[in-house]
Amino acid sequence: MSHLVEIRNLKVEATTDAGRRVDIIKGVDFDIAEGEIVALIGESGSGKTTIALTLLGYTRTGCRIAGGSIRVAGRDMARLTEKERTRVRGSEVAYVPQSAAAAFNPAQRIMDQVIEITRIHDLMPRAAAEAKAVELFRALSLPSPETIGTRYPHQVSGGQLQRLSAAMALIGDPKLVIFDEPTTALDVTTQIEVLRAFKSVMRQSRMAGVYVSHDLAVVAQIADRIVVLKGGEVQEIGTTSEILSAPKHPYTRELLAAFSPPGRVAAQAAAESDAARPVLELEAVSAGYGKPGADGTPLILAVDKVSFRLERGRNLGIIGESGCGKSTLARTIAGIIPPASGQIYFDGKPVAPHARDRSPDELRRLQIVFQSADTALNPAKSIEDILGRPLAFYHGLRGAARDARIDRLLDLVHLPRALKHRLPAELSGGQKQRVNLARALAADPDLILCDEITSALDTVVAAAIIELLKDLQRELGLSYVFISHDLHTVQAICDEVAVMYRGEKVEQLPAGDVGSAAGHPYSRLLMSSVPKLDPTWLDRLERDPELVAAFAKR
Amino acid sequence: MNTHLLSLLGGRLLVALFTLFVVSFVVFGATQILPGDVAEVLLGQAATPEAVAGLRSAMHLDDPAILRFFYWLGGLATGDLGTSYANNMPIAQLIGGRLKSSLQLAAATALFSVPIALALGITSAMLRGTLYDRAVTTATITVISVPEFMVATAGVLIFAVWLKWLPSLSIARNVDSFGELIRIYAMPVFTLSFVISAQMIRMTRAAVVEALNTPYVEMARLKGASRTRIVLRHALPNALGPIVNAVALSLSYLLGGVIIVETIFNYPGIAKLMVDAVSTRDLPLIQSCAMIFCFVYLLLITTADIIAILSNPKLR
Repeated sequence: MSHLVEIRNLKVEATTDAGRRVDIIKGVDFDIAEGEIVALIGESGSGKTTIALTLLGYTRTGCRIAGGSIRVAGRDMARLTEKERTRVRGSEVAYVPQSAAAAFNPAQRIMDQVIEITRIHDLMPRAAAEAKAVELFRALSLPSPETIGTRYPHQVSGGQLQRLSAAMALIGDPKLVIFDEPTTALDVTTQIEVLRAFKSVMRQSRMAGVYVSHDLAVVAQIADRIVVLKGGEVQEIGTTSEILSAPKHPYTRELLAAFSPPGRVAAQAAAESDAARPVLELEAVSAGYGKPGADGTPLILAVDKVSFRLERGRNLGIIGESGCGKSTLARTIAGIIPPASGQIYFDGKPVAPHARDRSPDELRRLQIVFQSADTALNPAKSIEDILGRPLAFYHGLRGAARDARIDRLLDLVHLPRALKHRLPAELSGGQKQRVNLARALAADPDLILCDEITSALDTVVAAAIIELLKDLQRELGLSYVFISHDLHTVQAICDEVAVMYRGEKVEQLPAGDVGSAAGHPYSRLLMSSVPKLDPTWLDRLERDPELVAAFAKR
Repeated sequence: MNTHLLSLLGGRLLVALFTLFVVSFVVFGATQILPGDVAEVLLGQAATPEAVAGLRSAMHLDDPAILRFFYWLGGLATGDLGTSYANNMPIAQLIGGRLKSSLQLAAATALFSVPIALALGITSAMLRGTLYDRAVTTATITVISVPEFMVATAGVLIFAVWLKWLPSLSIARNVDSFGELIRIYAMPVFTLSFVISAQMIRMTRAAVVEALNTPYVEMARLKGASRTRIVLRHALPNALGPIVNAVALSLSYLLGGVIIVETIFNYPGIAKLMVDAVSTRDLPLIQSCAMIFCFVYLLLITTADIIAILSNPKLR
């Protein structure tokens, strides 16, 4: 008995709504030594969170541990009664949730929730617990550690909540802490602070940890060993440097390859022949939400005097952190949110601010693809109907001609034709995003606005979508405005990149030059904050404190 | 933060007052378009035109309706509800006793049914999917589907006629013992509870189930919290808004909507008074009763709103 955690032949099965039983974890084995941090990595549906939760003896509704053993400090969590498990939870094994914003009870003060574990397990008197919490707040470099506990969850930022949730887990001095994608919902500049705080606290306390993530670069910074999972099975286990430098399993290699997609070969040829005609031009466009004030500016200005030119056949990337106005910009260009001031030119001609005042042809030539295919596709319509509607609307296609065009569209996005009779819910996430794209292509557009279309997808699937976008551009001569918070994705497809900060475009530069020393300080901060596969990156990273103070949301 | 709260609460109260004003206008207007002339009705067929005209001017019936509306509204505001057309008694006096009995019945029903309904709703949410939950759900649906006159009549038949445990009428006789009081109230309270509990149980269950499905409840479970702690500390405070609204809506029914129960048990409440007033064309009485119903309704809904605001730190 040398390891803190020994998982042997773990099997978890889920019961579907139809009553069918499906194995979601198919015999997993691994160990965690005292003080060691092990990362579970894999795409969505690989079972990484399910495995992590079994360490607490917990499974989500509809799932159950079907076999095997999960020994934590000598006790088999699978064999314990529910009552014995509740005694272990929080005191010996603690959990840091994926979305701290959702995991904090909105009706309770933060302090009450952070020290709740000590109350439940009767670990120490209230005053001692509060003192310890304040100490943890300080260790996690939270602002005003003395008073932050008296606030309610909605009164602090997302990055702060994520660190507070770590304090909540560490308060009971557990032997093992489970981090469930704790930085996935954060912006990169915030993620660094949180990762650093986690790392230093874990190092000091010598606790063991399980770090669940889909992001290899993040995991590389914090984990000692990595377990690569796919479809509920272990693909490869190795130390962090082994996995990163000498991956053995093909799937691990695929993951690593997807992380650094091939850069874009600039579409110079196309651009030069047609350079005189910008497909899209924005002149000092402002837009926002709320009632316009006396001078016509909206109450909350989300886009502030943004100008750019996009030539035919070229792609513009727009990057920035959440709340910088990049999605509002896409909606403004599409005419969903009319600009408060400024002018949009499409193909050299000014277009009406509001989509309803634009001609059908203008609407047809400018299409938008939304982030979440789940909500953008009507769940009650078959794929055929979803693709058929723009064909009938823009091109008046009916009957056999329409069917033939639907088949071609499915071919274009590399989906089997047989899928057209299915409903969106019967497709995978990547397939839905392809249908979402095909729907925009149905209009036969000149320009497609892609609003974070790969954000909800797994790395490997997202890389495939990017490849598809490139193919389509080659075949159909499209232009893209590609909006994303992920620099790698943007660099993979765009010729130029515009960086947005608080509604303003701070700079625009060729994709290859992004991250170079030149340029706006905010862009430099943003680029330097993107995690790299190098395990020493976080420790070596030195950020200009003035830059951080000026731009990073803490 | 606090001024924000005050303005929020003040806004709610203003809206309630405005609603009350609009309702008074509608109530007054509706009674004005009832067919028939009050003076003629009061004086009977043999009245001379002079007598009718005299009575009309004495009752201000010839004034424009809008003027009479404000006379009436002014009277309401100063506590003068007017005089009954039917028997010339002050309306305040007519309503007084009836309102008291109605409130007694409502209070007894609320005390009986609200705790039971909340307990059933919360426990069935905690034990969701179990036999107990299904039994409670089925029972509530059954109860909703059975009309109250059926419950009341069956109650009278079983407990008063066959078993002879309870009196079939609930006229507030001189009550000299607590046991007597319970015997008088048992059947009306029981019947009314049947009617109003179902909605409260269903809403409570739905609100708690929703709160139990949130990530913060999962988090509490992973902290090792017991089921009771999870429900009391994490789920209930966040489900309070919908629950108090359901309770307020159900309770508001207890004043205006109990005419069937009051008739069957011959209980001297205010709903019965209003129906009697309609048959005697006693307009001031009808108006006053309608205003009381509306007032109580608004009072309950506004209270529920305020509790919901106070229980939500984001609004507070």
